[in-house]
Amino acid sequence: MAEPLIRMQNIRKSYGRVQALVDANFHVNEKEIVGLLGDNGAGKSTLIKVLSGAVPLTNGDIFIRGKKVTLRSTSDAIAHGIETIYQDSALVTQLSIARNLFLGREPIKPPRFLNRMDQEAMNTVARDLLKEVGISKNIPPTTPIGSLSGGERQAVAIARAMHFDSDLIILDEPTNNLGVAETQGVLSFVRNARDSGHSCIFIAHNIHHVFQVVDRIVVMRRGKVVADDIDPKKTTVSEVERIITGMSDKEIRDAVADGKPAH
Amino acid sequence: MRRDQSADAVEIVACSNHVAGSMENRSLIQRLIGRPEFGPLVLLIIELAVFWGINPDFLSPQNISNILAFTVELGLIALAMTLLMTSGEFDLSVGSLFGFSPVLMWTLFNAGVTSLEVGLLVALVVAAIIGLVNGWFVTQLKIPSFLVTLGMLLVVRGSALFITDGFPQRTWSAEGSWLANLLVGDFYIGPFRVYASLFWFIGAAIVLGYVLTQSRTGNWIQAAGGNPLAARARGVNVSRVKIGLFVLSSVMASLAGVISSLRTSAANPNSGTGYELEVIAMVVIGGTALTGGRGTIIGTVLGILILRVMRNGIVLIGVPGLAYNIFIGAIILGMMALHSWLERRHQAGT
Repeated sequence: MAEPLIRMQNIRKSYGRVQALVDANFHVNEKEIVGLLGDNGAGKSTLIKVLSGAVPLTNGDIFIRGKKVTLRSTSDAIAHGIETIYQDSALVTQLSIARNLFLGREPIKPPRFLNRMDQEAMNTVARDLLKEVGISKNIPPTTPIGSLSGGERQAVAIARAMHFDSDLIILDEPTNNLGVAETQGVLSFVRNARDSGHSCIFIAHNIHHVFQVVDRIVVMRRGKVVADDIDPKKTTVSEVERIITGMSDKEIRDAVADGKPAH
Repeated sequence: MRRDQSADAVEIVACSNHVAGSMENRSLIQRLIGRPEFGPLVLLIIELAVFWGINPDFLSPQNISNILAFTVELGLIALAMTLLMTSGEFDLSVGSLFGFSPVLMWTLFNAGVTSLEVGLLVALVVAAIIGLVNGWFVTQLKIPSFLVTLGMLLVVRGSALFITDGFPQRTWSAEGSWLANLLVGDFYIGPFRVYASLFWFIGAAIVLGYVLTQSRTGNWIQAAGGNPLAARARGVNVSRVKIGLFVLSSVMASLAGVISSLRTSAANPNSGTGYELEVIAMVVIGGTALTGGRGTIIGTVLGILILRVMRNGIVLIGVPGLAYNIFIGAIILGMMALHSWLERRHQAGT
């Protein structure tokens, strides 16, 4: 089997005595959308934070295309082509779309010592990118992020990741707080991203959204990866739910019944 | 196409920051009204018209020269403060530096330790170090800038008083030196008496306006104030940006103090008391967000003029000078109300 894009091996992360990740193994192949599922506290976000350089790991190795890497900071991860899009925190609402797209990597107009941004080039690229991710509305690239809808903001963040050749785009709850049409929009941005050669990790509480878009589902429970090769085309939502909770149907029924007041 | 935009004036992005949605077809007037500087501009025009209507001497060359002379000295501080506040911080120690730096310069000079030029250099370097300390406390120890710079205000003001025993310094020997000519040399343009400091102010406004709206650094400043986490995640060194701006703010306050002391031939350890609040008021009235993320140099220039013209005008029309603060306070409250109303209208679409 070919070497995957990202391979995380025996990842261990403890916060004091709390073990957030216990020998987790996880991989993402090229041009693949992986759905990462798990209950609250299962270790999804810790795994993602480790991968995006936001928290250091206690133990274990991360390989990118077979090469071992150390991710000390988010900029390390970005330099290695890993872009994480956290809900709402990725963009500066006061700045325009174009300025957000190029934040930290603004093109400079010569002569260099004037340190002048090439705003024309930024706007042109931004306009093309918005079309590319599928925003058909005519939004000028000078519009501030603050006046965009939640779905449009996600699209801008995804567009940014695509433009800067990120190999892997991590989406943390991208469909939270979005309406039905907007959710469909975000899901199609994700598909576009894959079709143009990017891999994605898609984290969401809503299993139905995950089923609509991913190629493979990975389930975590209590800091471990308990299933990493679920094909959404051959599995039902309820089967996956069972794996997430780690309980059989009967156990779930019992648990629910226990929670109810006695008749 | 919006190609014409980049050729447009300095503040074009601040403008588009405020105009939401489909704005391709807007007329020039609508775009003008949508700009954050529009409110302050109207206020300034009304103010000028009212004062002029009541006392025609208000627009006499002599009075205009008077207003401009001191305006630019506070203005230099306000320009630097605009950038600092856009990055989400502010600096209360500027007023004390305004008093401290000339005192330091004159003390060194009068004691025969250095020439006036080296004295100025020492004062500016000390100011830069003070800015560095402010920035370090705020970014590395994560203490709010309000507390850090309040502490620094006391330290700096205390030093000025201690150095001088509370007495003003001798300053008359600067007359005719090239430094005094360069900073505050005066000449007449027609009937207007103009100080060289006016050109320093205009130069600073152009440079800082350019930095804020056109340069990469400006984008970082706005991002640092708007969403520091997002900026940091994109590899922007937010701490370095903020420390740099604290240094800029201290140095400008120091320069303004020296200019003022050369012009008035006075170096009083108590001068500049309360300036920090007046400067912040100027910046806020001009349309820069107190919470950071958005700033405008043109607005600050208007804000500076609004407050200085107000101070001059109410005296000229016969309102007791002591009532000045009532008007300033009312203007600040009024402008804040206007801003919050505009803000809500702009955010309505989200």
